[in-house]
Amino acid sequence: MNGVHDMGGMDGFGKVEPELNEPMFHADWEARVLAMVRAMGAAGAFNIDTSRFYRETLPPHVYLSSSYYKKWFLGLEEMLIEKGYLGREDVAAGHAVQPAKALKHGKFDLDDVERVMVRGKFARPAPAPAKFKIGDRVRAKNIHPATHTRLPRYVRGHVGVVELNHGCHVFPDSAAMELGENPQWLYTVVFEGRDLWGADGDPTSKVSIDAFEPYLDPA
Amino acid sequence: MSSDHDHHDHDHSKLSETELRVRALETILTEKGYVEPAALDAIIQAYETKIGPHNGARVVAKAWTDPAFRKALLEDGSKAIGTLGHVSRVGDHLVVVENTPQRHNMVVCTLCSCYPWEMLGLPPVWYKAAPYRSRAVKDPRGVLADFGVTVPKDTEIRVWDSTAETRFLVLPMRPEGTEGWSEEQLAELVTRDSMIGTGFPKKPGAPS
Repeated sequence: MNGVHDMGGMDGFGKVEPELNEPMFHADWEARVLAMVRAMGAAGAFNIDTSRFYRETLPPHVYLSSSYYKKWFLGLEEMLIEKGYLGREDVAAGHAVQPAKALKHGKFDLDDVERVMVRGKFARPAPAPAKFKIGDRVRAKNIHPATHTRLPRYVRGHVGVVELNHGCHVFPDSAAMELGENPQWLYTVVFEGRDLWGADGDPTSKVSIDAFEPYLDPA
Repeated sequence: MSSDHDHHDHDHSKLSETELRVRALETILTEKGYVEPAALDAIIQAYETKIGPHNGARVVAKAWTDPAFRKALLEDGSKAIGTLGHVSRVGDHLVVVENTPQRHNMVVCTLCSCYPWEMLGLPPVWYKAAPYRSRAVKDPRGVLADFGVTVPKDTEIRVWDSTAETRFLVLPMRPEGTEGWSEEQLAELVTRDSMIGTGFPKKPGAPS
């Protein structure tokens, strides 16, 4: 979706301001939110792409004015409500007043902690041969799905070169909408800065994205 | 929800609306039998102790001293790091990109906050915030200037936008004047930002 989360190339947000000796969390609740998201995901309530989509669908003014973990919290709450794990009555009461819905992998307890500390595997067997090879020129499609996609706006319509082939991976556009993993070939595609940003672009800059095959046409 | 002013309970009077909502959600998830609060504590503790830039620094220092490891690391980051028992399990899909006099690499996630957690820990606020995400791809030298970093004019700046589940770690250039240093000594010079590409390693003898 063409949301405010798709920030590449936007102006007006000001300088980057690193914080000296930044703590891992700025408040205890941030850590609780992170842990709840990891736990409920591992328990099977949602996949990583769905959780990203729920953060992206926060109203733009909320997205822009909320801290990072506030966005995680708001996305988590809404997603659990829509997936039936949480009722608005529960939220209003501050307690469980509606029956629970069974989780795919059951309750998240101490034995599951080790599992969430290892990154998931997203590679899948290839359903078809790769269409592109390293060195091929490709054009990022001019597509504007209203649902989740990982093709940023700033490359759409532009021509780049395939630099790496990462194999077949879970396709976020499908997984986010719970339409299955629909594995697709994944490539690093590199664009010249001036092709993306015009004559004013930095001639020494190149930008790459990791693009799923359905995002690309031959060029 | 009622405003915070309605809360006269001593415990709650200092809590923000967000804190109250987060607490309530954890209560509900616990009461429904979805999560064990002790398991949430354990997740937080693991993030606080097991992951962090010290993992990435060990990998960089080894690459600086062991040419065979460096080669393997650049060919397949996940596989090479998997051979180091002492580094947190990185999982699949880690790509290590090498800085050279000809090319400076920088990593961003314009769409959200993708970051190599196992190697670098949880990302800093600036990495997840709009200024970095918006400008890194369009004006990378301007962003580097915000960090006080200048890259020579004729060096290529390569920005890696983490748009999939691949994760990128920058292998910075080894500082001059470190000949004969041990891996442990070298690891002390490797900063988090040098592995994101928004900084350089510390120089020998510079204050830490």
